[in-house]
Amino acid sequence: MAEDALQVADLRYRWPGQAPCLEIGRFSIAAGEHVFLHGPSGSGKSTLLALVGGVVLPERGTLQVLGTSLASLRPAARDRFRADRLGIVFQLFNLLPYLSALDNITLACRFSGARRQRAGDVSAEARRLARRLDLDDGVLARTASSLSVGQQQRVAAARALIGSPALIVADEPTSALDAQRQCGFIDLLMAECAHAGSALLFVSHDLRLARRFARTVSLDEINRAGGAQG
Amino acid sequence: MTATPWLVWKSLANRRLSAGLALLSIALAVTLLLGVERLRNDARSGFANTLSGTDLVVGARSGPVQLLLYSVFRMGDATNDIRWQSLETIAAQPLVKWVIPLSLGDSYRGYRVLGTDLRYFEHYRYGDRQPLAFADGKAFGEVFEAVLGAEVADALGHRIGDRIALSHGTGRASLNGHADKPFTVVGILARTGTPVDRTVHVRLQAIEAIHLDWTGGAPIPGLGLSAEETRKFDLSPKRVTAALVGLKSRAGVFRVQRFINEFRDEPLLAILPGATLQQLWGLFGIAERALLAISGLVVAVGLAGLVAVLVASLGERRRELAILRSLGAGPRQIFLLLASESLVLAIAGSALGVAMLYALVAALGPWLGARYGLTLGLYGLQPREWLLLAAVLAAALASSTVPALRAYRMSVADGMTIRI
Repeated sequence: MAEDALQVADLRYRWPGQAPCLEIGRFSIAAGEHVFLHGPSGSGKSTLLALVGGVVLPERGTLQVLGTSLASLRPAARDRFRADRLGIVFQLFNLLPYLSALDNITLACRFSGARRQRAGDVSAEARRLARRLDLDDGVLARTASSLSVGQQQRVAAARALIGSPALIVADEPTSALDAQRQCGFIDLLMAECAHAGSALLFVSHDLRLARRFARTVSLDEINRAGGAQG
Repeated sequence: MTATPWLVWKSLANRRLSAGLALLSIALAVTLLLGVERLRNDARSGFANTLSGTDLVVGARSGPVQLLLYSVFRMGDATNDIRWQSLETIAAQPLVKWVIPLSLGDSYRGYRVLGTDLRYFEHYRYGDRQPLAFADGKAFGEVFEAVLGAEVADALGHRIGDRIALSHGTGRASLNGHADKPFTVVGILARTGTPVDRTVHVRLQAIEAIHLDWTGGAPIPGLGLSAEETRKFDLSPKRVTAALVGLKSRAGVFRVQRFINEFRDEPLLAILPGATLQQLWGLFGIAERALLAISGLVVAVGLAGLVAVLVASLGERRRELAILRSLGAGPRQIFLLLASESLVLAIAGSALGVAMLYALVAALGPWLGARYGLTLGLYGLQPREWLLLAAVLAAALASSTVPALRAYRMSVADGMTIRI
């Protein structure tokens, strides 16, 4: 856990046939650190997340996630790395609608033996996390499509947290929630990340949420690319 | 990897309506394909099994196929009779072992009546040279006694001792009856799966007797003879419709055939039943292959429907694929997921299709047998049927790559980006 959760140097990426949308000189997140990354839409945050997730590779420069350069891994190993070491929460529609909330949480462990092992009793761990996130057992049994948006986001958070991945990436996870619930959700997420010792990269356009974080970084400031999109 | 079968199951269960319909279309296509194949097979073997051990079929000169149809399959009518005298001449040939006379033209409630003699029960063979056996009773002895085929007895619920009245001609609703001279059922044959089952057998003399007071196809007005009165007349047969001939040795078959075909007293035709059956089957062959080709096309349509359903669903499932990607599923796993979905549907559909086939055979088999003389067997899947099933599954495997490849490309292009 000594290595940084994320280390970026001289990174550049362009989507095929487009101008570079991401050029970052230096950016890092320490192990266990919680960082608020402020990125209005069009600042290149989706691209940065795709790079962190290893779905795309940098055109230039280095990107190390938890001490591993994703570019050095083969595609299948990158998928494995993502399954084992990263927890991701999206803005909306995080869950497979036809699975129960519990199945959605444990889905992460189905794709990763490492997370399954770290979680121990997967079902019990899922229930523990759910309780910490204010989801009772009745909610867990229901299918994801029947949950409220707030419940869905908490289930998504539980799925990202299960098996204690070293880096949690949250992409606008609160934009579908009202202001009151936003703060509650962030507190729960941060508390659980702290409990698991996971680093948290929280990406949002909404600066009001930044107050709760010790460190805020603006993507506009670190991204030197001009015509950034997405 | 363990996630895939579970997800396939959950995802299909979630889309049970569209998946169920796709599955049903495949099941129906498979039922049709195997049904046609089975019908074809059973019809062919039923045909081939109708007659065995007979070396020649003799009738008045006409077409070989026509002769075979009316003499053996009880289909259609003879254009002409042959004289009893000719039959005796043929029977007297040194190479000839036996002759079975056949006299057709009357019916009993839609079933053909066959006038013959005891040689029929002795020499007639079907299937693998099986002789006729009595399920109940015995062969006819008296003039007004009848032996029923299994089907006739079953369908009409006749038992030994029942009295039946024949009709003139072969129509089901024949107005001209022979009700004045009823027959007594004395025997019921065991089931053979051949036209014998649908035949009422009486003595040649009976055919003569019921037509004593008839001329030119109609009763002679005023001359109504009772059954008792007919006994006073000479009932020895004068003409028959056809005859089956058995030889002492197959080697002489062409010699006897030539003798009959060049018969001096009247124009006769002798055919080798096996060869003519082949000829007959050749006629059906084209229709049969066309039917199989059509059912093959139906399978293709079913699979196309399956692909369409899965491809159409991909649009809505982009999000789902992105979530799976974010959880560490590789594009290959996405491919596998989609391919397995089509395969599961195809396999389940085929299994359901086979089950439906057996249900259908069990339900419709007896009716088809009674109505059309088609005996459908409830036997296991034949090698050719397995082959057809394998072909369906291979086609399903090939077509499953369409949605799978599309999902693969989508998941590579979209990555974890959730596009709605």
